Amino acid sequence: MSLDRKIAPDIKEPIDFKISLPLIQKATLKNGVDVYYLDMGTEEAVQISWMFYAGSWNEEKKSQAGATNFMLKNGTSEKSAFEINEFFEYYGAYLNRTCYTETADLTLHTLNKHVSVLLPEVSKLIMDSVFPEDELALFKQNSLQRLKVNLTKSDFVAGRLIDALVYGEEHPYGRYNNAEDYTALTREDLVQFYEKHYKQGYCAIFLAGKLPKGILEELDLHFGSLPFKNHKGYKASRIFKPTPAEQKKHWIVNDEKGVQAAIRIARPFPDRTNPDFQPALLLNTLFGGFFGSRLMANIREEKGYTYGIYSYIQNHLGETAWMVSTEAGRDVAEATIEEVYKEMKLLCEEPVDDEELLTTKNYMIGSILGDLDGAFQIMARWRNLLLNNLDEQYFYTSLQTIKTASPEYLMQLANKYLKPEAFHELVVI
Amino acid sequence: MIQLEKFVLSNGLRVVVHEDPSTPMAVVNVMYDVGAKDENPSKTGFAHLFEHLMFGGSINIEDFETPLQMAGGENNAYTSNDLTNYYVQLPAENLETAFWLESDRMLSLAFSEKSLDVQRKVVCEEFKEHYINKPYGDVWFHMRELCYKVHPYQWMTIGKELSHIETATLQDVKSFFFKHYRPVNAILVVAGNVKTVEVRRLAEKWFGTIESGEKYQRAIPAEPKQTEARFKEVNADVPLDAFYKCWHMDQRLSKGYFAADLITEILGGGGSSRLYQSLVKEQKLFSNIDCFHFGTVEPGLVTIEGKLVKGVSLDKAHQAVNEIVEKLVQDGISEKELVKVKNKTESALAFEDMSVMARANSLAFYELLGDAALFNSDRDQYFAITADDMLNYSRQIFDTNNSNTLYYKSTQN
Repeated sequence: MSLDRKIAPDIKEPIDFKISLPLIQKATLKNGVDVYYLDMGTEEAVQISWMFYAGSWNEEKKSQAGATNFMLKNGTSEKSAFEINEFFEYYGAYLNRTCYTETADLTLHTLNKHVSVLLPEVSKLIMDSVFPEDELALFKQNSLQRLKVNLTKSDFVAGRLIDALVYGEEHPYGRYNNAEDYTALTREDLVQFYEKHYKQGYCAIFLAGKLPKGILEELDLHFGSLPFKNHKGYKASRIFKPTPAEQKKHWIVNDEKGVQAAIRIARPFPDRTNPDFQPALLLNTLFGGFFGSRLMANIREEKGYTYGIYSYIQNHLGETAWMVSTEAGRDVAEATIEEVYKEMKLLCEEPVDDEELLTTKNYMIGSILGDLDGAFQIMARWRNLLLNNLDEQYFYTSLQTIKTASPEYLMQLANKYLKPEAFHELVVI
Repeated sequence: MIQLEKFVLSNGLRVVVHEDPSTPMAVVNVMYDVGAKDENPSKTGFAHLFEHLMFGGSINIEDFETPLQMAGGENNAYTSNDLTNYYVQLPAENLETAFWLESDRMLSLAFSEKSLDVQRKVVCEEFKEHYINKPYGDVWFHMRELCYKVHPYQWMTIGKELSHIETATLQDVKSFFFKHYRPVNAILVVAGNVKTVEVRRLAEKWFGTIESGEKYQRAIPAEPKQTEARFKEVNADVPLDAFYKCWHMDQRLSKGYFAADLITEILGGGGSSRLYQSLVKEQKLFSNIDCFHFGTVEPGLVTIEGKLVKGVSLDKAHQAVNEIVEKLVQDGISEKELVKVKNKTESALAFEDMSVMARANSLAFYELLGDAALFNSDRDQYFAITADDMLNYSRQIFDTNNSNTLYYKSTQN
């Protein structure tokens, strides 16, 4: 029997899959701090994150939150920065710091056999960091140098300006650091921030992997008596309202000799609790969310204006933005923008055909299934749910939304949001 | 140890299966034994451009992406100096869709003029985005030419210049395909929630009838041993001076490769590494400094690179780097450092192996090197390296006559 290669093999459509989100468990330490954990996997290794509400939202001076988070590894009363690094690296462990807008993390990746010796050291970083002056001076010098290099890159400049246009420069989502912000930073700024937002901060612990025996008891031993507060008690002390720029179009020449234009087109978008949020994720995927999207098919695969073009909805806890982002040839920058608006118009005027919609839905479900592969990825999804005060029901509703959204409904949604006049448009060369 | 099975189809296609029932997904990884090193020096960047064309439709299937997305799958590809790799991840139930798609593009491409025309532009934009429109973006064009006088590692996978990509013809595309993209030059790895029996059946069904093709006989001239130190200075419109220095190292399968890998960790891996501690923290000469190697199949490069603190001279920075390297060559490493880099390696491998995609990719690479089963034995070599080995290989690598130094000077001062 000869093989007909023109006929695709039968598939089981992902929209018919029954996907379940593995549940996580919760333990509570003596001090009331919640530990969310997931015991899954075959490698003898874990990931532990200590999350604090210590993001830039709470800073009183620009760059304060990021600098404090970065310098958690740069000295305690017992160990120098070198000794701290040497200690964790000796055991092959990775200790990373990350600062977001609302929260900031310390994350440990380690083989199980070393976890017991590492945990007490982590607690010292959170309780006994001293922020040495010379370390701060170095941090400032190196941040300034990095900023200087980054400011010559059009994509970096565009990335920070578009946020400022959408949220306003005062809003934590729109704020960015300039050289003088680093220069003005003092040791006292860091110590104050640390005292309030780490040592006595609102904390949660996320633990995932093939959990070693007794790990919860060990966490209680080293972190259960510290003066942290349960993360659910956190309430932002300051309210910021976005103040979008009035002038919608900006064209900036950052580098006369630049051969490409960094293009960002963005509009404000409501937060996750808005009923439009989940269906908009589907519409976004169709518009510019994956390789098969309208933007990619037209502007890269048909016209060759760019190496890549994407749209996405920013992942914020509060109100957010819907963004189109690309680097296109300088001479085709205007043509690219025009095509983006054309694609918006098309989504507003013509219902998407059934085949294309089904492809997008199947792709999204397959991608969610792939994302749920592994303890760390599952925990990341849960963390996002928890911080938004959501649970697994939200996950199942989102699957249902993807499965059932109709072309007419998506067209209505496009008419509500994908209106060129609502978008800020920024070109940086 | 991971489970794996191997077989070869009658057309020479090597197949490796790795069963992992803990995931709902399957990965289909096709690696072709061709990279930028196999290019004609006047047509560089071609292997990578060709990779883009593999998504422009095959002989029986007009559109590669849509049926894959319909099956819930995602895919991507990359080209290096040594090889070209294509990988698909999709729900295991729909495994056959990946076989259908990958086998058709191995059978033959559609060779469309339109696809070539568009992808030439896309790759030119990629070239601009990463190598022209970025500060320091052209460093490796200079450095590779300084280090390699004969060997084709002297150019990057993106190519030497835009014109090489702009002038590629459909005839070039066809001959490249029938020379390199044949079953006999390819490796298929299928991993995840799959069964070997089923993979064998699907491999025979979809790939078994593709004409074998001729085994590509690689005849690349070896880079002659470097006999004197080389130096180059480049002036560019960047905010800060940057320093780069490269030394030749051993090929992938030799003991020297593993020693070099650990040496780069000692010198540049993390906040307790020698270069960072001395040159960034204590002497404050660099704002950042790294040490790494390229992981190439044939003899590669150990590299130290960093940006200077404003006001520090390149000569002074260079001398400080030399002192650190000299100390290593003189005194070797301590037992504690050796334990540290081995612990780091053990941990890095464990975290890497968590992803079935990474495992599939490594299996294909090991099969390319000679045997997929190296996955389970190759890394033992790290743990057999002694402090004496480290000393001896440091002396071999950091010989002054084996060095290539590049000063990348800011004209903004």
